[in-house]
Amino acid sequence: MKITFLLNGESVQLEDVPPTRTLLDWLREDRGLTGTKEGCNEGDCGACTVMVTDAEGAKALNACILFLPQLDGKAVRTVEGAAGPDGTLHPAQQAMIDLHGSQCGFCTPGFIMSMVASHANGATDHDTQLAGNLCRCTGYAPIIRAAEATETAPVPTWITQDRSFISPEKLRGEAAGRGAEPPSNPHIPQNADELAKAYAKHPDATLVAGATDVGLWVTKQLRDLDPVIFLAGCEDLKDITVTDNEIRLGAMADMTAVREVIEPLHPSYGEMIRRYASVQVRNAATIGGNVANGSPIGDNPPTLIALGATLHLRHGDARRSMPIEDFFIDYGKQDRAPGEFVEAITIPRQADTLKVYKLSKRFDQDISAVLGAFNITVENGTVTSARIAFGGMAGTPKRATHVEQALTGQPWTAATIASAQAEFDRDFTPMSDMRASAEYRLETARNLLARCYAEMNGETTSVLAVSA
Amino acid sequence: MSVTKPLPHDAAKLHVTGTARYVDDIPTPRDCLHLAFGVSHVAKARITAMNLEEVKSSPGVVAVLTAVDLPFANDVSPSIHDEPLLSDGTVNHLGQPVFLVVATSHRAARVAARKGQIDYEEQEALLTLDQALAADSRFEEGPRIYAKGDASAAIAAAPRTVEGQFELGGQEHFYLEGQAALALPQEGGDMLVHSSTQHPTEIQHKVAEAIGTPMHAVRVEIRRMGGGFGGKESQGNALAVSCAVAARLTGKPCKMRYDRDDDMTITGKRHPFRISYRAGYDDEGKLLGVEFLHLVNCGWAQDLSLPVADRAMLHADNAYRIPAIRIESHRLKTNLQSFTAYRGFGGPQGMVGIERVMDHIAHDLGMDPIELRRRNYYLSAAEMGGAAPVAIGARTNGAPMTPPQSISDEKKNNTTPYGQLVEDFELHEMTAQLLESSDYAARKAEIAAWNAGQDRFARGLGFSPVKFGISFTLTHLNQAGALVHVYQDGSVHLNHGGTEMGQGLFQKVAQVAASRFGIPLEKVKITATDTAKVPNTSATAASSGSDLNGMAVKAACDTIRDRMAAHLAERYQTEPANVRFDDGQVHIGDEVISFDEAANLAYQGRISLSATGFYKTPKLEWDRIKGQGRPFFYFAYGAAITEVVVDRLTGENRILRADILHDAGASLNPALDIGQVEGAYVQGAGWLTTEELVWDGKGALRTHAPSTYKIPACSDRPDVFNVALYDGQNREESIYRSKAVGEPPFMLGISAWLAQSAAVASFGATYPAMDAPGTAEEVWRAIRRVRDGV
Repeated sequence: MKITFLLNGESVQLEDVPPTRTLLDWLREDRGLTGTKEGCNEGDCGACTVMVTDAEGAKALNACILFLPQLDGKAVRTVEGAAGPDGTLHPAQQAMIDLHGSQCGFCTPGFIMSMVASHANGATDHDTQLAGNLCRCTGYAPIIRAAEATETAPVPTWITQDRSFISPEKLRGEAAGRGAEPPSNPHIPQNADELAKAYAKHPDATLVAGATDVGLWVTKQLRDLDPVIFLAGCEDLKDITVTDNEIRLGAMADMTAVREVIEPLHPSYGEMIRRYASVQVRNAATIGGNVANGSPIGDNPPTLIALGATLHLRHGDARRSMPIEDFFIDYGKQDRAPGEFVEAITIPRQADTLKVYKLSKRFDQDISAVLGAFNITVENGTVTSARIAFGGMAGTPKRATHVEQALTGQPWTAATIASAQAEFDRDFTPMSDMRASAEYRLETARNLLARCYAEMNGETTSVLAVSA
Repeated sequence: MSVTKPLPHDAAKLHVTGTARYVDDIPTPRDCLHLAFGVSHVAKARITAMNLEEVKSSPGVVAVLTAVDLPFANDVSPSIHDEPLLSDGTVNHLGQPVFLVVATSHRAARVAARKGQIDYEEQEALLTLDQALAADSRFEEGPRIYAKGDASAAIAAAPRTVEGQFELGGQEHFYLEGQAALALPQEGGDMLVHSSTQHPTEIQHKVAEAIGTPMHAVRVEIRRMGGGFGGKESQGNALAVSCAVAARLTGKPCKMRYDRDDDMTITGKRHPFRISYRAGYDDEGKLLGVEFLHLVNCGWAQDLSLPVADRAMLHADNAYRIPAIRIESHRLKTNLQSFTAYRGFGGPQGMVGIERVMDHIAHDLGMDPIELRRRNYYLSAAEMGGAAPVAIGARTNGAPMTPPQSISDEKKNNTTPYGQLVEDFELHEMTAQLLESSDYAARKAEIAAWNAGQDRFARGLGFSPVKFGISFTLTHLNQAGALVHVYQDGSVHLNHGGTEMGQGLFQKVAQVAASRFGIPLEKVKITATDTAKVPNTSATAASSGSDLNGMAVKAACDTIRDRMAAHLAERYQTEPANVRFDDGQVHIGDEVISFDEAANLAYQGRISLSATGFYKTPKLEWDRIKGQGRPFFYFAYGAAITEVVVDRLTGENRILRADILHDAGASLNPALDIGQVEGAYVQGAGWLTTEELVWDGKGALRTHAPSTYKIPACSDRPDVFNVALYDGQNREESIYRSKAVGEPPFMLGISAWLAQSAAVASFGATYPAMDAPGTAEEVWRAIRRVRDGV
């Protein structure tokens, strides 16, 4: 596999790249750039954060679960490239020194690169921007002080120029001293049609979109994936369109992009995505991946079920669609044929009544113990429709059909809620694991219906809204 | 003077530019080999057969070692030689190293390590405290008991009593840099080892045993760790020894680092405890007698469990003068990871015990929990009559303080359960100051009204004081050495036995050196800890780093300074007492020359400009079997008030505000000290809220990665976070009258757990009786108990 990208402003061409070589390993072992650290090798600590710039802009990403082919045609900046060519420190670096933001220093390069990326994007919601970076020494206070102190500084030129340098002509022309040449690599299809052909021909291939889960197959399960098809080039699969009738999310739309579109339409879903993993993971993870993966603890599937979303699958030129809940047959089993892939998800436009609640040990960047999505319509004091789905409560994302029935057609009262709460036992028999006990899951699932009732009646229901 | 200045960490610029070098960043020769352990998949067994053929034939594998292949000692224990590097045929916890793979890459080694086929004859594993207790599986012959007075009689005679029991979870260190070591074979069988360790001398010792050489053939170097927190006091031995053994065998450099999941599965953590208590007190809340039973989960090997459990007992009083107290401690041996040192070293567990008792009593009496605590505090230093130390500038050579005259009986009884007189107690004053700065009274009233107004949330305030004993309880460890060179150009090379893990030790000690010579800090070169420069060092642990090494460096600097002064005095025809080092200059009577010139003159005058320094902590005397003596040079103090909110429906909870006042004595560097306090508080609060270790019924740790084990993230720090240092000085003659600050503030996090308890208590009349950590689920359960009696 042959790829080209910019590294700290310099063009890099690699031939015969092993498809699952991670950027982190390549930087540290092949390139001798050891500033980028391995903390967990699974995208949960952020010590390996780098900034990757593509046509959409600058993004923080975890290098430990980022395969080299995903970088084709992009610009990578590591901590070694955070300072200017003349050694001038990036304002985030200077602020971290001045305000004592580093102690042991091992997480620091990752924090710096998250700060460089969020600073380049003008983001000032620092707690959210840095949720994917763990620090065990400082207690975060001085790091946040440094992030705040950086806000008003202009973005350094060496950071902004990454974007102008990533045209294919620049990359391929300047690096190799020859004219532009479009890529023609069956493992990196450039659109959905090419993908459909390639996957139909190699139905045993592993599809890699954001690699936030497949990355762990390589780094933790130590699997060799072959063949691999990288979807990073399929720009058309990233499209998100909003019409009067539907929201159409291309399978390759990353969760950052999904959040931007969803937040104004369904604020509760938007808030859930804010807590879904971290900036680094959301910048890589795709909506299609989260669905196709079939995990019972993915946060999008129950939410999409509650919204009545439709899943669109494609095999070669053949397409089919289904209500998204029908896709999840059993634990580890989905309604997807070999060579078939998720092309898009559509959500019908609707008045927003959606409430999504995510319960986890930690608020930010934690996998849900329970995720409850409630889409309840009340007209003239009566429940006219209820779509309720949960994650973490069964072997698949699952609708609470008995609870829905107990609500539908009933008056919107505390008594109705109480009788519907009793129905949870019929819908779910959750299990105990390291995240929560079966009892906690079942009882809090019931309680989330009460929370939904309170919130729909205008009450504050999140501890995140309480202050000292 | 350089000391007392809030200077940045010495490596801050290297950190932010990614140029600070950790063990895994050291460039290695091309032929460097990489190591990984094959580990056991059961908790307790005898190995009946091993088939490693697939491991050996896995791509890139150079060698595969089992216990029989080890040339010398098969032991990485820091204490009683009960911890083989590779299984001796028995397996005692799930994840125990059984064989060692040597391969051409890190990944090749990891891949091969999973291909081993091990047959086991499984035995019944002891996974819980109850199982261990029932099997009488323990370290030491029986429980340790420390006592003062007759606690049982005092409780029996007391007007009021409470009793209870709770589980207190362990804690994963989660240093961001995993364990790592690199061994480079030298000529003649010598070995150079780079190890991410808090204890280079022990690495040297264990490596020497393992490769059959005297310690002089092994040199261990460590410039910095990416976090330690106690987790690199003994847990790095296995990697360093493996590398050295493999390097000796192959003649090639060998490197080993744990993948995070391996790190969490193999290495020890903070000891989980179960604490039972009974307490008797009067209607005014005065404690009369307290009994504690500590069941300590030590895991499968002894490691450092005895001193950890001892220190828990030594902090069972925390800040309170308890007339009669009995602490019984069982050190139980289970088939889990071997629990080890972790910031506070048992102190936090002991302290949580008594703070739980105070919380329970305050609930029983309906008394303000801070008022209750103040009534039981030790007598203050002022009441004890000790004069406060004179200010730094005015002090000459700090003669020892004279003991107070004619001590009254009450003062004589101001002793800990282990008989140490508490002479430096500062919490009366600190508490008063914190109550005011945190606006406690008004907030308490506002919160009570807010809670009464609704049934969904509750907020709560928690207060915890800290009195933490400073010194290793193994008295001989309280020593340190230093090596200082002054070069002829006036630049200074600094080395000492302490290790840098982020705490800023190197900077603090450099500030001491710069101050002794009266030179700018830039003239002092901080160098990596190296067993060839300073031998026989103690672990950088017990918060002792700056106290011990600062003093040793001071001694070394003063030796050189005195030699220079004597030489210059002679040269300028004056007395050495008239030679003063200040501001980069040396004043010799009325003459002034630069320090650089002075160094050059001394060199020309054939004066030795290199010196060692040595320090041993005075006044210590401790009998750990009797539980009597003075184990601690002094105490460090702190106090915190935390506010939390909890959600009745889900138990979700978070910290809203924390106010902290901490005693770092006359701080050597207030910026670094505040950094320690902020970081320790969040780490302590994490231990008691979101950080939960879960093992399954087979003894497999289910929370073996950050995806499942949740240390605090950015947004978990308090929304409002007010941290201040108490304006005081160490009453003992420590380095520039500063106090140790590494561990003590960790225990300020206890206030977060107490705040949860207070919030939960507002839902009903029953005492919440929470276990720790107070995860959302635990808070939810406690609310159910309090509100619904379930």
